[in-house]
Amino acid sequence: MAEKPMIEIDAVSRYYGIYKALDDVTLDIGAGEFFSLLGPSGCGKTTLLRSIAGFDTPTSGDIRIDGRSAIDLPPNKRPTNMVFQNYAIFPHLNVEENVAYGLKRLKLDAAEERRRVGDALEQVRLAHLSKRKAHELSGGQRQRVALARALVMRPKVLLLDEPLSALDKKLREEMQVELRTLQKAVGITFVLVTHDQYEALAMSDRIAVMFGGRIAQVATPKEIYQHPLTRQVADFLGGMNFMQARITGESAINLSVETARFGNVTVTKPRGFAASNGQATIGIRPERLRVLWDDAKADCEVTGLVVDRHYFGEITHLIVDVPGLEKPLSVSETNNFGADDIPVGAPIRLAYDPDALVALAD
Amino acid sequence: MSGRHGIQKSRWLPAYVTAYLAFLYLPILLLPIFSFNNAASTTFPLAGFTTKWYASLWGNTVMLEAARNSLIVGITVSILSTGLAICAARAVTRYKFRGQRAATGLLMAPLFLPEIIVAVSLLMIVLQLGIELSLATVILGQTVFCLPYALTVLISGFDGFDRSLEEASLDLGETAFGTFRRVTLPVVAPAIISSLLVSFTISLDEFILAFFLSGTEPTLPVYIWGQLRFAAKLPSVLALGSIMIALSIILVTSAEILRRRAEHRLKAGAAAHG
Repeated sequence: MAEKPMIEIDAVSRYYGIYKALDDVTLDIGAGEFFSLLGPSGCGKTTLLRSIAGFDTPTSGDIRIDGRSAIDLPPNKRPTNMVFQNYAIFPHLNVEENVAYGLKRLKLDAAEERRRVGDALEQVRLAHLSKRKAHELSGGQRQRVALARALVMRPKVLLLDEPLSALDKKLREEMQVELRTLQKAVGITFVLVTHDQYEALAMSDRIAVMFGGRIAQVATPKEIYQHPLTRQVADFLGGMNFMQARITGESAINLSVETARFGNVTVTKPRGFAASNGQATIGIRPERLRVLWDDAKADCEVTGLVVDRHYFGEITHLIVDVPGLEKPLSVSETNNFGADDIPVGAPIRLAYDPDALVALAD
Repeated sequence: MSGRHGIQKSRWLPAYVTAYLAFLYLPILLLPIFSFNNAASTTFPLAGFTTKWYASLWGNTVMLEAARNSLIVGITVSILSTGLAICAARAVTRYKFRGQRAATGLLMAPLFLPEIIVAVSLLMIVLQLGIELSLATVILGQTVFCLPYALTVLISGFDGFDRSLEEASLDLGETAFGTFRRVTLPVVAPAIISSLLVSFTISLDEFILAFFLSGTEPTLPVYIWGQLRFAAKLPSVLALGSIMIALSIILVTSAEILRRRAEHRLKAGAAAHG
């Protein structure tokens, strides 16, 4: 993160009656950072975004933007602009007028206003459609209008509320790259709300994963994927095999555990970890289990029986029953070597790297 | 396609539709026909074409006075009922509140009350309060009467209004008032104009309330009713009636076109949801 935070969220809570939409959230977002709020629907991510924009007022706590408390400022006085989930393109105005909407308040001279609108449309590659009306635009084009309309105001922070959820898969993936490129070009802070873990992983500098109005973990995409702190985070980001292990040793940063089939391993102790009954939850990602073919050997192996198989084009998911484990293992294997041809019922050997095992707080 | 097949089978359907439409429109068609008939009596066969009944209207100062009264009442009623309905329609479509359904029901109820009962009760109140009968009392009565119609048009116009349009405007630095002027009003303008036209048309044709509450200043329908006692005046009344029908049709058609345009626009705005 950059030296000075652009957004400081300080012990923010939002109650609706007894329902806690946000529960004591504290978070710093750096200047120039692409930051994602990720979580299932109802986790509070949209409430938090709308609180930053000024459309929702927290019950308690403070929000500072660029060092100034914004909690008492209405949305039109905040140095933030928002791209709405449905884009909210003004239906009675054309593309150009939509983009110029906010500039009208600034009373720029006509040439300057035209230049800024032109630049913004150029930036989102819409200059050729400047006279179109909202109903003549496709979903992707509407989104670009919404982006240009917000960016033309030169905000310190751009807020994006699930901006890609209405687009089809291919366009969504294109826009992910484009948004990321745009953010690097303009250099301002982007805060993105999404429920799509791949979107968050692909676009963000850092991700905050939220559940039930609380932040479960804040980290870079790689860190959050490889070292999820809790079982919930691990499960929400890509799925994981969980198993119980007996703790045999504990230091300040490490745990030594004994598992039923993965032997004795030492894993990093997650923050906030508390052992219950000398037991810990250990996890391994499905793609960190590798199928061993024929006579291939590995330092660490488990053996089991294939009980189910799901084909996904480039990969196959195998469900492997390993005697001694409480649940079958989920294995994700590329189809380069014929994993899609492994018959159900076949015995199978799986290799793993002990470093791929992580300990999880509950 | 099976439905279409079933319709084709019935030979009686065209006859039924013809009878249906004749029942609806034949009586009204007689009006313009006899208004151009060169005879004082409204009987067939027709006696020849004339426009003299129309010409005679222009010299009729009492009629012109009534037309002026109708215009004043119509314009005032449409503005008042639309203004009140805007507030109610916005509350109903924008907010969720306790008793919302009951409130909407109460606002719509005048639509189903017997008009003559409403007219008599209003007359009683007006007389009790010692207010003199005038165009103002007609305006009051018709505003109550037109409110449900205006409300129906406006609720359907406001229903698709996307709240986030107003938020987007605020987000772009506009004030609450500026947002209303630059976004809310232009987007719902067709619905408002449509409501004005509908209210005006209803007021123009309304008889019972006007009859009870108008005192010495008749509106056009009250004037027409008065003229029916004189057989000789009938052809010019028919001419006047034809003009009013034409005007009503034009107004209601424009209102419907505007209402559809508003609906289309709101749908286009909301279509971004994917």
